[in-house]
Parts: sequence; structure tokens; C-alpha cells
Amino acid sequence: MSLTLTDVTLTYPDGDSRLTALDHVTLDVPRGTTTAVIGPSGSGKSSLLAVAATLVAPDSGTVTIDGTPASGLSRGRLAELRRHRIGIVFQQPNLLPALTAAEQLQVMAHVTGRKPADARRKALELLDAVGLADHARRRPHQLSGGQRQRVNIARALMNDPTVLLVDEPTSALDHDRGAAVVGLITRLTHQQATATVLVTHDRSHLTAVDDVVTIRDGRLHEPDPVLEPNPRGGAEE
Amino acid sequence: MDASLHERLNTVFVALRDLRFAKGRFALMGVVIVLITLLVGLLSGLTAGLGRQNVSAITDLPVDRIAFSDQHLSYSDSTVTQEQWRRWAATPGVSLAEPVAISTTKATAGSRSAAVSIFAVSPALVPEVGDGSVTMSVPAAEELGVRTGDTVTLAGRDLTVAAVRGDAWFSHTPVVWTSLGDRTTATVIALRTTGDVVDVPGTRTTTKDGSLDAIGSYRSENGSLQLMRGFLFVISALVIGAFFTVWTIQRSGDIAVLKALGASTATLLRDALGQALVLLTTGTLIGTALAAAVGLLVRGTVPFLLDPATVLVPAATTILLGAVGAALAVRRIVTVDPLTALGSAR
Repeated sequence: MSLTLTDVTLTYPDGDSRLTALDHVTLDVPRGTTTAVIGPSGSGKSSLLAVAATLVAPDSGTVTIDGTPASGLSRGRLAELRRHRIGIVFQQPNLLPALTAAEQLQVMAHVTGRKPADARRKALELLDAVGLADHARRRPHQLSGGQRQRVNIARALMNDPTVLLVDEPTSALDHDRGAAVVGLITRLTHQQATATVLVTHDRSHLTAVDDVVTIRDGRLHEPDPVLEPNPRGGAEE
Repeated sequence: MDASLHERLNTVFVALRDLRFAKGRFALMGVVIVLITLLVGLLSGLTAGLGRQNVSAITDLPVDRIAFSDQHLSYSDSTVTQEQWRRWAATPGVSLAEPVAISTTKATAGSRSAAVSIFAVSPALVPEVGDGSVTMSVPAAEELGVRTGDTVTLAGRDLTVAAVRGDAWFSHTPVVWTSLGDRTTATVIALRTTGDVVDVPGTRTTTKDGSLDAIGSYRSENGSLQLMRGFLFVISALVIGAFFTVWTIQRSGDIAVLKALGASTATLLRDALGQALVLLTTGTLIGTALAAAVGLLVRGTVPFLLDPATVLVPAATTILLGAVGAALAVRRIVTVDPLTALGSAR
């Protein structure tokens, strides 16, 4: 398993009491597969992603990234774990306005201290993989919403992560663009052999993923029978 | 581009691109730094120039200590006696003890006159002085329009100009050196020492540089100008700190994203400080160059001293204090929570 959450519980302060965001959640995601987590607003999707991304420490339970338990690690070691093992695709592209599309990816090499020449080559390869080879020199304001989201995805893969966490990638896109983005994520998941968690409230693209779990009130449930994952695992754009 | 330069530029990867992207914003801040540095540079040159017009006759004396009467550590009030300078000359550790009598008077040459400071000394300090002759400093000779061999009138006495040399000033008046003659009192005793000395009774010594505070006009004038300079340094640090505080708050979303992607706080701090240093150094260099250029243009008409101390020291201080201001501003990077990059809050 590349991403394992074992009996994870997370609570937040809520006035005089505490609100349970994740309630004894256990989830295993093997490499090369995409697991979709669906649920309504406030069900705990974002909390699950935050815990898996090591951005929030759970009250109890363990998070294991590619065999490394995250609990007890210092902030610096967690940051190191994120930059080497975890890729995050944000809900909004969150691109830096001053950087071109290629530089959005190269910045990942900057944070890992990789050689700039290698980073440039890798960035162009990834932009090519997401169909933006001709847009490498464009800044975010010169890209469409779908293009920005594809840069967001390519950036998450820049450091060859073993875990890819995807937060509502279609929320700002129309249906066709959304389907294309989910297709791209599942394809890259197979190509890069990442353990991918796709958090979404949009059920229309779930046939492209390998596994589906639902979350309600912080608890994971068996997949909804009507949401049959794609038996071939992934879909083409 | 060589590999090591590339590596160094890579440490400020985002910073350099921000500078390029937000040109207008950084240019505005750069202009502020240029203007502050220009002002600091001009004030430094003027302070040093005015200071020199106050004290150069003292700082150029070939001695290391000055003895005053013990009651008055002041060039205007001190009086020492012949007995005291003789005793100083006989004191162990003193290789030279020469009286200097300082007064201010009006000098006249032909139709021109000027206020001058008279330094009555022995030939041991200024070899050309003698009975009936004076040595003029260059500014005194220029004001009176005299050359070697001409005659000047000092306090009703006609004296021959034996030599013209040196840029000596005292309390904003050019200096004329005359013979001590048969004086039995003087203002101070100039001492050249070879070690620690014990004060002769009735006198009190201080270092030559320390004695400058005994010139009343220098103390008040220099103090005011240095205070202004100090305020300018503080203002520049505050302005730079304020700019980078706002800038850091504005880009806290980007910082959260970078942190979420695994950037260490140290990397982000290095990047932000690198950006501040690029801006500070560029602005300071331009401001300093402008100050030096203005100094070159005006130093013939105003007392402006242009040397490494008045050019490089203010520049280095501006960069140092500006960097401190920026460092205090960008430290809020530490507190940015990467969690805010997740969700739709951004």
C-alpha cells in the first residue's frame, strides 16, 4: 500500500465541545489506482485530504505514506515528506501569478534543490503529457480554466510522488472539461504509478476511477451500488 | 551562465520572477530606496564636509593627545601656562609637547578681509612660522587673495606670508598659523605620547579625536546632523519593513501553496530575503551613485566631503538596516498555515 490511513480520528474545537471531522477512518490506496472519495459538503472530505497530506495531525490513528508513518514527525520532516512523496492537486489551481506554466513546475525543483536544467526538461515533459507543451511560456492569466487545472495536475507530479491527492478538481469546470481532467488524472495515475485519492462531490465522472468510497459525518462507507467503478481502471480523455 | 551562478539564482527562484512580474510595485519601492539613499548620501557628505570645516586644523595636528586646563575642557575657555607645557615636555612617555594659542580675528590684505582663526604655534608644529611672518592655509589665502611673499594685516600687525599650504579650518573659519612669540599662556598643549601618561597638575588630557567635542559649534552642529542621519536610517528600515510586511501578507496565499507542496520555511525565508536584498542593493547602489555625482558637482561651492567613509558606510548601513526591516517583515512566513491552500477558501 502506498497510502494507508488506519483508524484515523480528527476533531476540531466547536465552542465548548469538539466536532468530529473524521471518525475512525481506515483507507488503503495501492499504487497505480485512483480511489474517489465522495460525500456532501461538511462530510469530512477536505479533512480526510488534509490528514492524508500531512497538513493536519489526527487526534488518533496513523497515516502512512509509502511505508513512512507521518505521526510524530517534525514540521520540517513532514514538509520533506510532502515534497518528495506527495503531490497535491488543489481545488483551485493556485498557480503563482508571476510564474509561467513551465516555471510553476520548476518551482517544485527549487523547493527540492534539484538541478535547474533537469527541472526544466522534466517540466516540459509533464506539460507535454497534459497537452500543454505549447503553453510553457504562458502565465496563469493567459491560460483557460481547464489549462490552469492541467498545469495544477502536472505540478503535483513534478517530484514523482507516490501519493497524489486531488481536491475537487472539477468544481470550477464545465462537464466536458471536468471529464477530461478526471480522465487525465486517472491516466497519469496509471502511468506514474501513484496512489491517488480523488475527493469530489461530482458523481458524473466516477466511472473513470478504480474505487469509490463515500464519506458521511466523518465515516467511510461501502461504495454506493449505483456507482460502479470502471473495471478497466481509468478512462481516456 | 555558469552552474554555480545558476544554483545561486535557483535559491531565489520565485523572488526574481516576482520582481520581474510586479515591476511597477517594486520600481515604486526601489525609487523610495533610491531617494532615501540619495538623501542619506548627501547628508553624510555634507556632515563630513561641515565637520571638516570645524575641526581639520585639530585633526591634522601631528599629535595624538590634547591637554586642556583642568577647569575647562573647551577650546574657547581653556588656558594653559608656560610652566605647564614645560612640565609636559619633561613628562616620561611624552615625545612632543607644544602649546597652541587659538584666537579669532579679522585678517586684511589690500581691499579684502576675512575672519580667520589664528593658531599661534612653535616651528616644531609648523616650520614656516616666525617673527613677522605667517603661514596661510589655502582657504585663508584664497579668501584674502594672497600668495607667498604678500603681506597681510592681523590685529593691526603687518606680516609676510611665508607659505600657503593645507586645508585647515577651525570653527568654520580658515586658519592662519603665526609664531607663538613670547607668549606665556596658550589655549591647549598638543602632545605626542608613546604610552600612558599621568596628567600634569592643572591640566586634563584627552585624545585628539575626543577633543573635537570641546569645539562648541562642532558638537552642536555634528550632533544635529548625525541625529538627522540616524533618523533617516531608521525611517528607511521602517519603510522597507512596511513594504515587505504588506507584500508578504498579499502573497500569503502563494506561500501557503508552496508550503503545502513541501517547501520548507527556510527555503521560503531565503527566497523572500533574497528578494529584499536584490531590491535594497540595487536601490542603494543607484542612490549612492547619484549622491556621489551630486557631491562631485557641488563640492566646489558647498562643504561636501566625498570619500569612502561618506559614500560606502551610509550605503552599507542602509542595506544592513533595510535587511533587518525586511527580515522582521518576512518572518511572518513562518506562521502561514499551509492548510489554507486546501479547500475553496483561496
